[in-house]
Amino acid sequence: MRVDEVKELTAALCLEANFEARSDVKKHLQQALAVEKNPSARSAIEQLLANIETARESRLPLCQDCGYITVFAEVGQNVDFDGPLVEAIQAGVIAGYEQGHLRQSVIRHALSARAEPEKEQPAKVYIDLVPGDALRLTVMPKGGGSDNACHLKMMRPTASEDEIADFVVASVGETGVNACPPLIIGVAIGGSFDSVALGAKKTLLRNIGELSKDPAARALEERLFKEVNELGIGAAGLGGAATALGVAVDVGPTHMACLPVAVNISCNQLRSAAGEL
Amino acid sequence: MSRPTIEIKEISTPFTADAIESLQAGDVVSLSGIVYTARDQAHKRLCRALEAGEDLPVDLRGQTLYYAGPAPPPPGAVIGSIGPTTSARMDPFTPLLLEYGVRAMIGKGNRSAATRAAIAATGSIYLTATGGAAAYLSQFIVEAAVVAYDDLGPEAVRRLELKGMPLVVGIDSQGRSALWPDCL
Repeated sequence: MRVDEVKELTAALCLEANFEARSDVKKHLQQALAVEKNPSARSAIEQLLANIETARESRLPLCQDCGYITVFAEVGQNVDFDGPLVEAIQAGVIAGYEQGHLRQSVIRHALSARAEPEKEQPAKVYIDLVPGDALRLTVMPKGGGSDNACHLKMMRPTASEDEIADFVVASVGETGVNACPPLIIGVAIGGSFDSVALGAKKTLLRNIGELSKDPAARALEERLFKEVNELGIGAAGLGGAATALGVAVDVGPTHMACLPVAVNISCNQLRSAAGEL
Repeated sequence: MSRPTIEIKEISTPFTADAIESLQAGDVVSLSGIVYTARDQAHKRLCRALEAGEDLPVDLRGQTLYYAGPAPPPPGAVIGSIGPTTSARMDPFTPLLLEYGVRAMIGKGNRSAATRAAIAATGSIYLTATGGAAAYLSQFIVEAAVVAYDDLGPEAVRRLELKGMPLVVGIDSQGRSALWPDCL
């Protein structure tokens, strides 16, 4: 496989993710508008729907914060590349962000001069080796304001479902207003301290409203969706019915002494784009 | 189905004390006039300058700050996408800036108790814009120019001229809030 094609695909996905709203996000915003009664929250949702149109028609990014850029690469183990893969992905991100006049929000060093953008490796790239001979890329930019709203807790392994649900709902109550509601909430339970956070982010790649196949996870999704919306935060934090457009839960194996729970809170501009070579 | 209509108040900067006093938490407004962008790093620099007794690079007394850092403008555009960033991050700096003379702020989300108290004590106002509507909101900006801290890139202080930007009064000059959970 030619790495210049990888670069081109990555650049195209960066543009798509930033200019074209996900169809599930648009659909759920429309549904939220249909049920929202608070006039100022309705007006906020109308602005978000207009934003989707403006972004596409005027080629302006959906959000000024073009995000911390994550690229998930599922690499078929039979694929031979004619050059370095990760460099090609990074070069594609740089090219896409330049072409699209996208704001490079990633800075070079977390503790140094804040204005200096990271020019060589702006994206965090995760590689999964999978069977086959294809490459699947998913580009996922995420804004800083909503990333600041995320939570992670190493709970007791004997914690009840009530305690887990309370932690998630309290997390949304604590930071949801600041994270550009209506929100999309990704929860992972299990794994380890490091993997649970990544797992929570990955649940945001699921279609909004698509429930888990795991019965326990599914029950939590339904419960959390109801309880989070009962908080009444509403669009733009002005109070209302639409606090969350969706809640996705993933449950996996973990250590017998542990119960890691991560809550990734996405803003209303949940962005991702995927493609294959 | 009929929906309640919203009364939209047209307001403009710089704000008079009377204009600020007439606005109440939850009012929907349409804002025109000059505002200045300033976010995290600009706040840090402005407050350092004030603490050192230095003049600010722009006279912000009586002015309005917009917590925002735009995307680069596409060719021919006044500005790129620009929406509010999280106001809470400016809270540690806000009381000093209000004491200095900043009169209004535009952002998104809640403010700290100290900021809210400072808003009431100085007769200032906090307006909120819809977070996540950056492409849409950029259409209400008719002029933009960097006026300080150019080296900060998107975080530089920009002078923006707004024409009819839709906002909501988040915290009024009495310190009342229209934001969750106070809105319940």
